[in-house]
Amino acid sequence: MSYVKSLTRRDLLKTSVAAGSLLVIGGGFVAASNAAWALEVTHLKSSTMATLIQMARDIYPHDNIADEFYAAAVKGYDTAESKGPVEEGIAALNAAATGRGHASYLATGWERDRVDTLRSMESSPFFQQIRGGLITGLYNQKAVWPVFGYEGESFSKGGYIDRGFNDIKWV
Amino acid sequence: MSVSFDKKDGNVVVVIGTGPGGGVLASELAQKGVKVVALEAGGRHGPEDFVNDEWASFGQISWLDSRSTSGSWRVAKDFSGLPAWIVKGVGGSSQHWAGASLRFQEHEWKTQTVYGNVTGASLLDWPIDAKTMDPYYTKAEEKLRVTRTGGRKGLPGNNNYKVFEAGAKKLGYKDVHTGRMAINSKDYDDFVACQQTGFCFQGCKWGAKWSAGYNEIPVGEATGNLEVRINSQALKIEHDASGKVTGVIYADADGKQHVQKARIVCVAGNSIESPRLLLNSASSMFPDGLANSSGQVGRNYMRHMTGSVYATFDKPVKMWRGTTMAGIIQDEARHDPSRGFVGGYELETLSLGIPFMAAFLDPGAWGREFTSALDQYENMAGMWIVGEDMPQETNRVSLNYDVKDQFGLPTPNVHFDDHPNDIAMRNHAYKQGAAVYDAVGAVRTFPTPPYPSTHNLGTNRMSAKARDGVVNKWGQTHDIKNLFVSDGSQFTTGAAENPTLTIVALAIRQAERIASEMSKGNI
Ligand SMILES: Cc1cc2nc3c(=O)[nH]c(=O)nc-3n(C[C@H](O)[C@H](O)[C@H](O)COP(=O)(O)OP(=O)(O)OC[C@H]3O[C@@H](n4cnc5c(N)ncnc54)[C@H](O)[C@@H]3O)c2cc1C
Ligand code: SF4
Repeated sequence: MSYVKSLTRRDLLKTSVAAGSLLVIGGGFVAASNAAWALEVTHLKSSTMATLIQMARDIYPHDNIADEFYAAAVKGYDTAESKGPVEEGIAALNAAATGRGHASYLATGWERDRVDTLRSMESSPFFQQIRGGLITGLYNQKAVWPVFGYEGESFSKGGYIDRGFNDIKWV
Repeated sequence: MSVSFDKKDGNVVVVIGTGPGGGVLASELAQKGVKVVALEAGGRHGPEDFVNDEWASFGQISWLDSRSTSGSWRVAKDFSGLPAWIVKGVGGSSQHWAGASLRFQEHEWKTQTVYGNVTGASLLDWPIDAKTMDPYYTKAEEKLRVTRTGGRKGLPGNNNYKVFEAGAKKLGYKDVHTGRMAINSKDYDDFVACQQTGFCFQGCKWGAKWSAGYNEIPVGEATGNLEVRINSQALKIEHDASGKVTGVIYADADGKQHVQKARIVCVAGNSIESPRLLLNSASSMFPDGLANSSGQVGRNYMRHMTGSVYATFDKPVKMWRGTTMAGIIQDEARHDPSRGFVGGYELETLSLGIPFMAAFLDPGAWGREFTSALDQYENMAGMWIVGEDMPQETNRVSLNYDVKDQFGLPTPNVHFDDHPNDIAMRNHAYKQGAAVYDAVGAVRTFPTPPYPSTHNLGTNRMSAKARDGVVNKWGQTHDIKNLFVSDGSQFTTGAAENPTLTIVALAIRQAERIASEMSKGNI
């Protein structure tokens, strides 16, 4: 995924600061720290989008799924309508993290501690909206299905009648 | 195929809904020479445009009109606006269905007698029994080409079934097989055998699974006696001063309203829309809704005691490959109160793809306990629990006057509380289901809560006496001679079995009755 087409690795390192351990942010974008992908952000603050991406991973952590898929799952919140509630929700998340002695949500080093922060706001509409949205936002991306081994439709390949519908060996 | 009847033609039978209830009834009547207009709220889809993608298919064919929920059932919390998963379109929910086709057990027609008094349950004997239904079940099995009946062979077992079968046998279960399925286990002249594609819930793109939409309706249309009017949602049934129904007001695709005159009206919109339509048809003569002198319209809503058990193993299963539900354990279907509940349940193989698994495995859950289960998706096996739930008068479909639909009519609210018998049965089934997988080395097991209801039953119940229910033993309303109910809302009680074969058998029987009463001039 490269939503910021002109971004080179050099530009990126020049203009960005680390946000958590995996992401970097700069003016109007969030990117992987190795510059493998970048996401342009127009309405939200870059730091808000980076926090949202981390939050998405902490809600549904899959170590085999790269950040870019979490970014794709939440990039829809970067709109004029969502801006208000999302900035507000992320501010509340940061306040909850600070209240627990961390510099911010993103600066919280251990997943365990971030999850504790999330638990403290689990019943908020903001948390529930982000969580609920991820169910389709994350798991309905065809590109993540192979990570789970899921093969998707099989009609175009003639079904599994000759392709292992009963190929289990261990029972 | 393209017959069309005049809206003022008061000699036609109007059938509302074209699922296994209405679709079979309409087609059977047409084959007997009766002129039928079938009003179908949705459009027409088939193998050529079915989409084998869970959410895309859901968006394409499911009933998405506004509905609300109340009560202590878990669906009200997890899916408050989606009490039921059913289809809007020609063929009804048989587009989505898995095809499991089982007869009731003999005692399940007489549960009040056999189970005795169960506190809080409105048990009632059906006014018909296994003997009455036997020939119609046979006809239904022929129509649906049900495997393991009439000499038809069973489907081959897929990976999910093999795990299930091995666990079941280790546990000592005896009645274990690949099910009685309305899915072709061989090629027929016009229909191909199951290709093990694995998207039975999304509409079978091979047409190997029976659907009222492409198997039944076209046969009726070919007679020239059946007109199916799509995108035509019935809003109200009209009647005359004598109390006989005279026609149906419906809205077309543009929301424009029409009246189709009728000699007889048959309601088959499934157990939420059928009572809703009767209630929305209230008039000064019938202020509580049509056919509701007993006050039973909408009551005794049943949804089967359901749940699922998934399990992960240390080796691959790939449960999504092949037929979604071709596997069953029937040993627990018996009535044996020593287990701590009346009635019984079936265990049936089930698989969901990753998109639905994420939504349904443990709705609302998050964090590593949840995601580590999904990480094992390839090593997962699954089964569905379906058992008899207790009818309760307070479980009901009623009108929600606060929320109106696109036609300005009150929407349906579905209220449901589990009966203690349902809970005891579910807990037993969770334990047995987990034991099946533990017997073959499960690493973890997951007692998964019920999905939005796929089996919706009982809201216009059949009863011998008019005061106990809404329809008589023919599905004819007690109050109005030329008004019939032709879907699962007729069910007096739910039995442990998936309901559709019984809905079809009742529709075949009702078609015979209506045709003969018409020719005798009785209606
Ligand atoms: C995912 C899934 C799997 C299932 N698997 C099985 C299984 O394996 N075995 C089994 O026995 N059952 C199964 N079922 C249940 C089965 O689909 C239903 O029992 C069956 O379809 C009910 O038939 P019906 O005719 O009563 O209602 P439906 O099939 O729901 O048909 C009702 C029709 O009426 C139309 N309608 C409603 N209101 C109006 C109106 N006002 N005007 C005009 N039209 C209207 C609807 O659009 C719909 O087409 C499954 C269901 C689902 C969703
Ligand atoms: S598994 Fe068989 S019945 Fe199910 S969708 Fe595929 S071909 Fe059709």
